[in-house]
Amino acid sequence: MSVGLGHYLTVAAILFVFGIFGIFLNRKNVIIILMSVELMLLAVNINLVAFSTFLGDMVGQVFAMFILTVAAAEAAIGLAILVVYFRSRGSIAVEDINQMKG
Amino acid sequence: MNGNIPELLPVLPEIVLAIGAMILLMLGVFQGNKSYKQVANLSVLLLAIAALLMFTQVGGERQTTFNGMFVTDAFAVFMKTLTYIGSGVAILLSGKFLTEHKIAKFEFPILIIFATLGMMIMISANNLMSLYIGLELQSLSLYVLAAMNRDRLRSTEAGLKYFVLGALSSGMLLYGISLIYGFAGTTEFDVLATSLRSDGTPAIGIVIGLVFLLAGLAFKISAVPFHMWTPDVYEGSPTPVTAFFAAAPKVAALALLVRVLINGFPGLTHEWQQVIIFISIASMLVGAFVALVQTNIKRLMAYSSIGHIGYALVGLAAGTQGGIEALMVYIAIYLTMTLGAFAAILSMRKPEGMVEDIDDLAGLSQTNKPMAVAIAIFMFSLAGIPLLAGFFGKWYIFLAAVEAGLIPLAIIGFLASVVACYYYLRVIKIMFFDEPTASFDGEHGGAVSFVVGAAAVLNSPVSFLLISPLVAAAAWASGALLF
Repeated sequence: MSVGLGHYLTVAAILFVFGIFGIFLNRKNVIIILMSVELMLLAVNINLVAFSTFLGDMVGQVFAMFILTVAAAEAAIGLAILVVYFRSRGSIAVEDINQMKG
Repeated sequence: MNGNIPELLPVLPEIVLAIGAMILLMLGVFQGNKSYKQVANLSVLLLAIAALLMFTQVGGERQTTFNGMFVTDAFAVFMKTLTYIGSGVAILLSGKFLTEHKIAKFEFPILIIFATLGMMIMISANNLMSLYIGLELQSLSLYVLAAMNRDRLRSTEAGLKYFVLGALSSGMLLYGISLIYGFAGTTEFDVLATSLRSDGTPAIGIVIGLVFLLAGLAFKISAVPFHMWTPDVYEGSPTPVTAFFAAAPKVAALALLVRVLINGFPGLTHEWQQVIIFISIASMLVGAFVALVQTNIKRLMAYSSIGHIGYALVGLAAGTQGGIEALMVYIAIYLTMTLGAFAAILSMRKPEGMVEDIDDLAGLSQTNKPMAVAIAIFMFSLAGIPLLAGFFGKWYIFLAAVEAGLIPLAIIGFLASVVACYYYLRVIKIMFFDEPTASFDGEHGGAVSFVVGAAAVLNSPVSFLLISPLVAAAAWASGALLF
């Protein structure tokens, strides 16, 4: 059996869904949310690179590079905000983020 | 795809903004935190220079550069003008507040400039890649701005919530982009549009990708059902930051949504129209009903902005040139109303500090008559009472919806605006008919008074004189969108 486009898309879709569930079902730690976000972005990268190879078009791979770069910046900013939050709250448990109810 | 340097003239204002922001950053770093005032003034000057360059050097001709990644046209000029105004006014409003809360850091105006640069790229995006880069440049700056008051728990919590939900929405947006790229084979809007027009039925992957893309963008304009972050972020962020969030990013994200749907997916109008109609109705209803029970004025404004985005989307749902024109008129008027209202909120200051409860406005008409009249004008205008500017916005929106045959949508919008009248009028009733509490301290700075005054004049019946030039400009700008 050869590995085709469908297999890559399936793996990416499963990872993406894991990422979304990781954000919504996790009640413990905000770091896990950051990891889930990263998982979602990497799932998108698998999609893009698979499509790029399948179409014989470089745009997808260039896009994947941009996503990797932006994801690094995003993680840095997320962790910085988390550090600032921890300083004033003393906890990063998801259930403790409840000063405002919206 | 050759090695030549791309045409740089169409991106000149953006290049000036980027280089200027970096120079200001160096200035701030070498001078330390006492340089806030100087950097803030220079930032406003930088925004003005960029806007001037846009008018004189770029103009309303349609030009593309960077292999079609970046486009400027009359639509971009109109929306960018509004964005420049929103960002500049936000910097002007913030000085006094930041100094008082001991967060007058030079990073604040620079972050606003970077966010503005991201918005410019969003408005001019002509490719899914430049769309993503612009959106992230804007969002990353906004996350930091929300958490600007880093010693205050609410501000950091607002930043954290905004970041987590913003990252989730970027993920959905990207997943949608990857599907569109895979099934259409391109990320360029123009190529997408022609390839989608020529096929009979679009691939199911493109439709799913488009829905993901719309979900990501709906988050950025805080349309229901992706509005959960808005009230918390508006309440928690420092008030000048909230004023900024309510104005410029909304304009830019709406412009982006319009450009993607009208320029990129004209062949799928039937598919995206249903989604837009749904989120428009949901936003109008949530904005009207949930705001009824709010006691904090910043949360009230958050639900109000959700509702107003719903009205603006009615124009997009119409999908006609008239609809887009109405959307642009509406968002321009919304910008003046919301900047005025937030400037008024920034003047709600008692001897013990800033207050944010609606009840703190009690009896304002007896203690500070001009401010009470100004707030009354903003509230009447937000509610869409005839003779004020907000009425014309709603009038053009509903007119466009009826002309496009979306009569039920116009009726629902009208009913939602009647419900919304209740909470705007409640603010007025508290100001004019309740017993006065302690009066406000008048020391809110010249910039705040000026913005309140100017916005009140623009929203008052004087708007009769201004509405026809505005409509003419919107017609000129919406004509550029390739119909």
